[in-house]
Amino acid sequence: MSIHAKIVDDFVANGVGFITTVPCKQLAGVIDEVEARPEIHHVPSNKEDEGMGLCAGSYMGGKRAAIIMQNTAIGVTINTLATLIQYYRMPLPMLISYRGELREPVACQVEMAVHTKALLAQLNIPTYHFHNQSDVNEFDMILKYTFMCNKPVAILTDANFWGGYGDQ
Amino acid sequence: MIRSEILKEIAPILRDQLVVCNIGIPSQELHAIDDQPTNFYMLGTMGLASSIGLGLAMAQPKPVIAIDGDGSVLTNLCTLPTIANNVTDNYILLIIDNGSYGSTGDQPTYAGKKTSLAKVAEACGCDNVVECRDVDTGRVLQEALDSKKMTVIVCKCDSGNATMPVITMDPVVIRDRFMKAVQA
Ligand SMILES: [Mg+2]
Repeated sequence: MSIHAKIVDDFVANGVGFITTVPCKQLAGVIDEVEARPEIHHVPSNKEDEGMGLCAGSYMGGKRAAIIMQNTAIGVTINTLATLIQYYRMPLPMLISYRGELREPVACQVEMAVHTKALLAQLNIPTYHFHNQSDVNEFDMILKYTFMCNKPVAILTDANFWGGYGDQ
Repeated sequence: MIRSEILKEIAPILRDQLVVCNIGIPSQELHAIDDQPTNFYMLGTMGLASSIGLGLAMAQPKPVIAIDGDGSVLTNLCTLPTIANNVTDNYILLIIDNGSYGSTGDQPTYAGKKTSLAKVAEACGCDNVVECRDVDTGRVLQEALDSKKMTVIVCKCDSGNATMPVITMDPVVIRDRFMKAVQA
C-alpha cells in the first residue's frame, strides 16, 4: 500500500471526516488521496490560519478535523494555535511537510526548517518526525493520542519520507 | 446605529441559532446583551470567526450565523473565496461594517473608505450578498435564514462601542457548553 493511502486510511479509521489542505509539492500525493475519499470532506484553504479556523468549527460541529500543510505555516499559525486550538483545548492533527531537511533542493526552505522544531517545542506541541517510510506505521497511534489529549499534534514528514523531493 | 444597538435588535433572532461571534467588544456586547449556550465567543484569534462558522456549518445541519466585523474580515480576506467556493446553505456571514477597528480604539478601516466588502464578496464568487442599512439588519437576517441559502450580509452602521464587561468564562467552558448546544 502507498504511504498516501495508508495515511488517509488511518485518518478515516480514526473518525476524521474533515481535512483542509494548503499544498506543498511533497504533499501532492496525499492531497490527491484525501480528495478521492468519499468519507472525507476536503476543503482547500488559502492560508493555514484560516484552515485551522475551519477545523475548529468542524470539531465543534461534531466532525473530527485535520490540517495538511507545509512547515512554513508554523510561522503563520502561532497565534491561532495558542489562542484558538490550545486555549479552547481542541484536538488537531497537523500533517506537515517538513521542507528544508535532508534531500531538500531549495535553500530558502532551510531557513524555516531550522526554526520548526524549536517553535513547536516552545508551544509545547507534541511533535513526531517521519524520516523513513516505515515511520508511517506510527501514524494511527499518533492520531489516537491526539484525540485522547485534545491538543494540536505535529507530524513532520521530510523529503526522505516522501521518497525524495528533487530526486523523486 | 452602533453595533451594540444592532445586536440588541437582532438578539431575538440570534437566540435560537448557533452563533460564532467575533473577538473583542462584539463578543463582550453579545455576551452582556443575551448570553446563550448557542453562542461561541472568540476570546482571541482576530479574523477567524467566518472560518470557524463555515467549518461548523459544514459539519452539521443547523443554521450557523457568524458575526464578523469589517476589520476582522479584512485581516482574513482569503475567507471569502473559500466561502464562495464551498456553498453551505446553513451558513450566514453577518459582517457588521462600522468602518472602524472598534475593539482597538475605532481606528478607520479601508472598508470605511474606498473598499466595498460587498463587492469584494461578490467578486470572490459569493452568490447571495446583501448590503443593508443598520435599521434593516433584523429583516435581512431573518430573510436570509428563511431563504435557506448561504448568504453574506454586509451591514453598514456607525462606529462606536458599548461599555461591557470582559468575558471571564473559561474558554474550555465556552467551547464545551457550545458543543453540547450544537448536539442538543
Ligand atoms: Mg469594525
